[in-house]
Amino acid sequence: MAKVPVQFTLNGAEKAEFIDSGTTLLHALRDKIGDTSPKGGCHQGTCGACSVIIDGELRLSCLTLAETCNGAAITTTSGLSEGGVLHPLQRAFLDAFATQCGFCTPGMIMAAKVLLDHTPNPSRDEVVEALSGNICRCTGYEPIIQAVLTAARSNSQNAA
Amino acid sequence: MELRKNYFADQRKDDLHEIGQPRPRSDSPGHVTGKTAYFADRNFPGMLHLKMVRSPHHHARIRSIDTSEAEKHPGVVNILTAKDVPHNVYTILILIQIGPEDETVLADGKVRWKGEAVVAVLAETERAAQEAAAKVKVDYEVLPAVFDMEEALKPGAPIVNEYHGQNHYLYDSGECRKVRFGDVEAGFAGADHILEQTYQSSPIEHAPTETTGCIVAPEGNDRFTCYTNTQAMFFTLDNASIILQMPGNKLHFVGGTVGGGFGGKVDVIVEPIAILGAKLTGRPVSFIYSREEEMQISSPRAAEKVVIKDGVMKDGRIVARKVTGYTDAGAYSRHSPYGAQKGAGHYPGPYTIPNVWIDTYCVYTNRTPSSAMRGFGVTIGDFALEVQMDKLARLIGMDPLEFRFVNAYRDGDMKAHRQPTEGAALIECMQEASRAANWPVAEKYMAMSSYAKGA
Repeated sequence: MAKVPVQFTLNGAEKAEFIDSGTTLLHALRDKIGDTSPKGGCHQGTCGACSVIIDGELRLSCLTLAETCNGAAITTTSGLSEGGVLHPLQRAFLDAFATQCGFCTPGMIMAAKVLLDHTPNPSRDEVVEALSGNICRCTGYEPIIQAVLTAARSNSQNAA
Repeated sequence: MELRKNYFADQRKDDLHEIGQPRPRSDSPGHVTGKTAYFADRNFPGMLHLKMVRSPHHHARIRSIDTSEAEKHPGVVNILTAKDVPHNVYTILILIQIGPEDETVLADGKVRWKGEAVVAVLAETERAAQEAAAKVKVDYEVLPAVFDMEEALKPGAPIVNEYHGQNHYLYDSGECRKVRFGDVEAGFAGADHILEQTYQSSPIEHAPTETTGCIVAPEGNDRFTCYTNTQAMFFTLDNASIILQMPGNKLHFVGGTVGGGFGGKVDVIVEPIAILGAKLTGRPVSFIYSREEEMQISSPRAAEKVVIKDGVMKDGRIVARKVTGYTDAGAYSRHSPYGAQKGAGHYPGPYTIPNVWIDTYCVYTNRTPSSAMRGFGVTIGDFALEVQMDKLARLIGMDPLEFRFVNAYRDGDMKAHRQPTEGAALIECMQEASRAANWPVAEKYMAMSSYAKGA
């Protein structure tokens, strides 16, 4: 099978791979490029564990073909902390006990980041809505919601 | 948060600084940065993918298996059937002498539930394995199946599992686990009211976000490293050792990081066959359940049926309790004989009842084998018991919380299974609940203690 070239930036770094046509972005990121922070929970777009940010929009990498991402800027949870300093969302998830098994966490943080990028001071309802595509089977939703609200507050304090 | 210090004052240590304080989990930094290594985050060059051919029937004899077309499929490396598995018939709890071995790694001659693994296909890609699996031809003779526990226990029902010979687990106490305490019939005869109710539950799937699976890498020295999300590391290692007839020192298990388990990952299902695949091909093997397999194939919580008959006095005392519990193991034992046994000890609940009779059955049906899930064996029982307690309270016109105070076990009370009660705190918990929920009870109940008999 002929391989297809694909080139994009991942967390700011240039990446280029030859992939089989039809390869999902999730598979390309995890098994080709080696960024395993997006998780495969259902491979059918229902759990949100594979969520990444493509050109500023929240996307499910298990339903996105890698070859459609040429030239895109992709962000994953593994690229959020800089120089060992946690992103405010990561800090808030850590402090608020918003992780249990941790499998949904990278996807949750992606969904929360897109929310805060567009809506820096969200209401609780807006946070719930933004996380509604992400399943936490440990059912730790309340601390996750609180973590996102806390991160929003700390962002606005930093901006002030 | 307020800590009340009047309870258990003589046992209290006042060096508790953690409750009510946020404390970061030690594994959280890995979770929030995406660095935590789950088993599927390992990737090895040349890794093969394993897919199962599964039974489309609930109960059938296997007349023949034809893998010739599948073998020719591009990318297929090996195809395994029952004859390839060194010790194909196993049972998880054999490690603690709970037998007989009653389950096959790959079906041999018969399938006993819809979804049972029959043939394992190893291929270069997941897609090739899936496509080749669809080309395996299995000729089945469909047999009558039984899905209902009471039907399964009737004479003449189809025998689900020949390793047991009858459709229930045989305990050393006989066809069921038994608890006998006092004289239950005399208790009923002297009771003001009798209430018999039946409670039933369906199987419940854990549905963890991370599906069950493992990745096995040969180390090149007859040793195999198995990266797994099992919740039962040493059970899995020891059972793999039995199934593969390999000493444990050839098996290196790496795990402990589980993307949600809830009891759904304590069975030994994916590791032995994946290790066997790695051994026979000399290549790394990945065997990961699809979401569909996680929902349909992995063990759910058992369906249960609980029949509770209680004798109660007008003053609130439960004087006799008879319980018949049924646990639907599905086609194989896994952890269900243990679950049913736990129920036997548990059915009096946290209450002191002078006359108790309990029978709990572990029943085999042609349903998906059930196994552990969060308090299995007692969780459904607790639902049944507490609904029953509310009904009893209503029957005699008593407040449901006061009714529980009347029957609450206290230190020194002998439980039906002959363990004296120690360290009881039910009364104190209910006193707190009464305050917190603003559900007042009579002062005499607020003055009670788990320590001293009184009131």
